[in-house]
Amino acid sequence: MAEITRAEVAHLARLARLALDDSELDRLASQLDVILGAVAKIGEVSDAEGVTPMTHAVPLENVMRPDVVVTSLPRDDVLAGAPAAEDGRFRVPRILDDET
Amino acid sequence: MNDLTRLTAREIAAAIAAGETNAVDVAQAHLDRIAKIDGQLHAFLHVDSEGALETARRVDAGEISGPLAGVPLALKDVIVQKGVPTTVGSRILEGWRPPYDATVVERLKSAGVVILGKTNMDEFAMGSSTEHSAYGPTHNPWDLDRIPGGSGGGSSAAVASFEAPLAIGTDTGGSIRQPAAVTGTVGVKPTYGGVSRYGLVAFSSSLDQAGPCARTVMDAALLHEVIAGHDPRDSTSIPSPVPPVVEAAKQADISGMTIGVVKELSGEGYQPGVEQRFAEAVETLTGLGAKVVEVSCPHFAYALPAYYLIAPSEASSNLARFDSVRYGLRVGDDGDRSLEEVMSLTRAQGFGAEVKRRIILGTYALSSGYYDAYYGQAQKVRSLITRDFTEAFALADVLVSPAAPTVAFPLGEKLSDPLAMYRQDLATIPSNLYGGPAMSLPCGLSDGLPVGLQIMAPTMRDELLYRVGAAFEATMPAPVPPLDWEA
Amino acid sequence: MTVPYAEALQEFEPVIGLETHVELGTASKMFCGCDTTFGADPNTHTCPVCLGLPGALPVVNEKAIESTIRIGLALHCDIATWCRFARKNYFYPDMPKNFQTSQYDEPLCTDGYLDVEVSNADGTLETVRVPIERVHLEEDTGKTLHVGGATGRIHGASHSLVDYNRAGIPLVEIVTKPVVGTKHRPAEVAKAYVAELRDVLRGLGVSDVKMEQGSLRCDVNVSLNKPGDDWGTRSETKNVNSLRSVERAVRSEVERQAARLRQGERIVQETRHFHEDTGLSTSGRSKEEATDYRYFPEPDLVPVAPDTDWVAELKAALPEAPSVRRRRLIEQLALSALDAEAMTNAGVLDLVLATVDAGAPAAEARNWWLGHLAQTANSSGVEPAELSITPAQVARVVGLVAGGSLTAGLARQVVDGVLAGEGEPEAVVATRGLAVVSDEGALATAVDEAIAADADAADKIRAGKVQAVGALVGRVMKATRGQADASVVRRLLLERLGVTE
Ligand SMILES: [Mg+2]
Ligand SMILES: [Zn+2]
Repeated sequence: MAEITRAEVAHLARLARLALDDSELDRLASQLDVILGAVAKIGEVSDAEGVTPMTHAVPLENVMRPDVVVTSLPRDDVLAGAPAAEDGRFRVPRILDDET
Repeated sequence: MNDLTRLTAREIAAAIAAGETNAVDVAQAHLDRIAKIDGQLHAFLHVDSEGALETARRVDAGEISGPLAGVPLALKDVIVQKGVPTTVGSRILEGWRPPYDATVVERLKSAGVVILGKTNMDEFAMGSSTEHSAYGPTHNPWDLDRIPGGSGGGSSAAVASFEAPLAIGTDTGGSIRQPAAVTGTVGVKPTYGGVSRYGLVAFSSSLDQAGPCARTVMDAALLHEVIAGHDPRDSTSIPSPVPPVVEAAKQADISGMTIGVVKELSGEGYQPGVEQRFAEAVETLTGLGAKVVEVSCPHFAYALPAYYLIAPSEASSNLARFDSVRYGLRVGDDGDRSLEEVMSLTRAQGFGAEVKRRIILGTYALSSGYYDAYYGQAQKVRSLITRDFTEAFALADVLVSPAAPTVAFPLGEKLSDPLAMYRQDLATIPSNLYGGPAMSLPCGLSDGLPVGLQIMAPTMRDELLYRVGAAFEATMPAPVPPLDWEA
Repeated sequence: MTVPYAEALQEFEPVIGLETHVELGTASKMFCGCDTTFGADPNTHTCPVCLGLPGALPVVNEKAIESTIRIGLALHCDIATWCRFARKNYFYPDMPKNFQTSQYDEPLCTDGYLDVEVSNADGTLETVRVPIERVHLEEDTGKTLHVGGATGRIHGASHSLVDYNRAGIPLVEIVTKPVVGTKHRPAEVAKAYVAELRDVLRGLGVSDVKMEQGSLRCDVNVSLNKPGDDWGTRSETKNVNSLRSVERAVRSEVERQAARLRQGERIVQETRHFHEDTGLSTSGRSKEEATDYRYFPEPDLVPVAPDTDWVAELKAALPEAPSVRRRRLIEQLALSALDAEAMTNAGVLDLVLATVDAGAPAAEARNWWLGHLAQTANSSGVEPAELSITPAQVARVVGLVAGGSLTAGLARQVVDGVLAGEGEPEAVVATRGLAVVSDEGALATAVDEAIAADADAADKIRAGKVQAVGALVGRVMKATRGQADASVVRRLLLERLGVTE
C-alpha cells in the first residue's frame, strides 16, 4: 500500500470542506496510513471475486409513496435553526464563482 | 413504594395501572435521582423535566394507556425530538432544536412513555467509549474511572445506575451491545429495518439501527414492541409484523434449541476473564436443555476492516449536510470570507478529531480510483459475511459469543490509538453487516466488572434473542453495581 | 475573434450533445410530500426531508418513476428491469444534503432515439435521428439569489439568499449520445431536437415544459474536428434556457471554436455559462480540475425494479408521437409542403394543430399563428409557444369572430389583451368593452353624423359613385372605436343614401 501523503490528505480535506491546519494534516496522514494498512486486509479475501456487493441488509424493492401533497413545515420553524436568514430565505456568505 | 427507581419497567407500569403509585411520582423520583448523581456520571446531555412531567400527568389523567404508560426512558441524543435540543454529541449541532419528531419518538409518546431527556454519546455515534462526545465523557457506574462503552454510553450508564429503567440506543457497529456488556445491562440491536430510522441522525445508513436498553430481558422486549414496526417514511423499513418478542421473553424456554458458538469470535483480542465467563454461559445454556455446536464463520475475520470502510464512506456523505447554512454552528462569517471558507472553518471546528478522521477516511475510500478496492470490495466481503451467517443458521437456531472482547477499560486508555478502540467492536460488527438481530445481556463479572453474552439470530427472528436471553437471565439476574461513589 | 457559422462548418465537422433537465409535473416532490407549485413564497414548500434536516429520510414518488418510464418509452429506450439511485457528492448551498440523489451507472432508461425534422435549403424536410444515451431521475436544487453585485450575478455579490422550495422537485435528465453528421446545421438540429423533445413531453403530460420558468433546461456540448480527424475537445455550455438560445449557443460556440482552431489553438475542455442577454457564453470552471463526485448507491433507498407488465401497460397507453400526429394532421388538413415548412420553421405547427383540435378552421388557425402571433413573439424575442396564450384561447377568439360578436380588428385587440395577462378572451371582451355593435339603431346616429360631416362624399355616392362609401364607412368605424361590423355599416350607409348596388 502506497503511503498517504500530506498533500493527499489536504486534497481530501478540501473535498470534504474541512479547513485543517498543517499539524492536523500531518497527524491525519500518519493515522490514515495505519488505518488503511489495517483495512487493506479486505484485499486478501480471495473468494470475493464474482460476489455481488451487498449494499442493503434488507431485500426490499420498489418502496414508493403515492404522489400526494403533505403539509410542509411552517416557515418560522424552517428558519428557526438557521445561523442567518433574510426575507424568508437562508442567508449565506458570498459564494465563490463557479463552484458547480 | 420506597424506591421507585429500583423497579423494572414492567413493575412500574403494573404499579401505576394498579393505582399503587402514579406516573408523576415515578417521573419525579427518576428526575430527582438524575439531579443527585448525574453530576458524577454525566449520562445526560439534556434533561427535559417539564416535558417528562407533562407526559406523566397525561398518563395519570388517563389520556394515554398501554404496557409502558408512565415508564421513564432516556433517549440517546442521536434521535430527534421536536423542540428538545439534539446535539448528536457534537458542537456542530449545539443548540439545535428539531422541528419534528422521529418515528421512534412518536411511538414512545403515543405509548405514554415518559422521556426524561437526551443521553450522552460519542460524537455522531463514532466511538466505543463515549469519550468522543464533544461535551465530555460519561462515566461507568461500576467504576467512575472507567468508560461506559460507546457510542451509547450515556443510555447504558443511565439504565445501569437507576436513572432510568429504559433507554433507547442506536447500534451501527455495536453501540447498543458493547455499552450494555460493559455496564451489565441488556441491549438489543433489532433486525435492520425492524425499527424505523426516520429521525435517527444518520451515521452509516445501511447499518444504523435503534433498539432498546433495559435492566431485564422482559423490559427490553416491552420497549422493543413499542418502537418496532413498519414505517412508510423509512424506505428500508420491513413491512412485516413485529416478531413476538414479549411472548418469547415470557416463554423463556430453550430446551431442544441448537446454539452455535462462533469459533472466530474468540482468541486473540479477547480477555481471559471474558472468555471464561462466556464458557460458563455456554455451559449454562447446555444445562437449560440446548444443544451447543461449534460453527465457523471464516469471513468474520474481515468484518472489522469491511466495517471501517463502509461506515466512514457513508458517514462522509451523511455528514456533508452540516455546512453552516440551514442549522447548527457557523464559524468565521466576518462579512469578508466566502461561503466555502466559512463552511470549511465551521466543519473543522464543529467536528471532533474522530469524526474528521472518519470523514477523511470515507472520502478517500469513495474516491474514483479507490472505490473498487475499498468500498466495493468491502461490500463484497459483506456478502460473504452474510453467507457465513446463513450457513451457520442452517446448523444452529442462534449464535453466541462474548459481546465485547474486554471489560470496561479505564478512561483515556485507548484515546490515542484509534485501532485499539475500533477492536472493541470485533464481536458486534458482523451482525450489523448482515442485518440480523443481536442482544447483549450480563453473564457475570470479571475483576468486578460486567461481562456481556451476545446472542445473534437470523433476520426478523428477533424473538429468538428474547427466548434465549430470558431463559439465561433466569439463572443469572443482572448484577447491581456497587454505586459506592454516590454522594 | 469568430469565424462566421456557415464558413466554419465548411471547414470543420461539428459533433453536438445535449443534456436536458425536465422538472416533472408531479403534485409532490421526488422524495417527500411537499407541494411543487411554482411561485410560492420562499421556503414555504419545505419539510425535514427536502431541507436535509438531520434524521430525515427519502421515499420515492411513484408517479415520478412512472413518468420517467413513459418518457423513456416515448424515446424508444430500453427500460431497466432493476436499477438504483446513487448519491452524487459535492458541496453547494442550494443542495440541502450536499449530495444529489440521482442515478449513476444504473439509469431507468437507456439507449433510445428521437427523430427530428429540419428543413433543407430547397424547402424539403429531412429527418435526423438523435440517439439517446440515457434518461434518469434525480432531484432539483433550491434557488439562490445573489445580493449586492451587479444584476444578480454571483460575481461581486456580498452575500446570497437560498430558497429551498424547488429543492427536491423530481428532475428527469435526458442525455443524447454524441450527434454526428449534422453537417451545416448543428444549431438547427439542436433547436429542432429540444423543440421536438418538448412536444413529446407535453404530449405525455409529464411536465409543463416551460423554459421561461426553468422547468426545461439545457446544457449544450459542442466540438469541432477537421474532416477525417478524431472528434475535437468539447465544451459544455450551461443554462441554455430557451429554444432560441439553444440555437444561438451552438452557433456561437461553433464560431468561437472554429476561430481558435484556425489559429492553431487548443480547445479547453470546460464548462461555459450562457448569457441570455448577449447570446454569448463565458468560460467557467475547467473540467481538468473537475470534482470527484464519489458516487455510491444511495443506502436510504431500495432498488427500483419496474414490473414488465406495468411497463408494457404504460407502453400500450402512450399517446401518439407528436411527429406522427403532425404528419397525419398535415394530410388531414391538406397543408401544402410549403405551408407545413413555414409553420415548422416558425415553430407554430403544433400550435396550429392544437388550435384546430380546439375547434378552429385550419386556415384561421394558420393565419393567427403565422401572422399576428408570430410577429408578436418575434418582436418580444420569445418562441410562439412561450407566448402566454393557449391554442384553445386562440380557437375561442376565432369562434367569436365566426359568430359575429367580434370583428377581425377587435379580435386582434382581444388577443393582445390575453397576451397582456388580462384573462380569458371573454373577460378581455367584457373589460375592454370590445363587443361588436350590431344594433342598427345604435349605428344609425353614427351613420347620420358621417353623412352630415362629409356632404361631398355623400353627394358623390348619391350620384352613383358607390366606391366613395369607403370614406364614410371609415368615419363610422372611427366613431364607434372599431366596434361596428364594417359590412353592416356599409349597407346602412347605402340604404340611407338611397343607393343600391
Ligand atoms: Mg443531472
Ligand atoms: Zn419536503
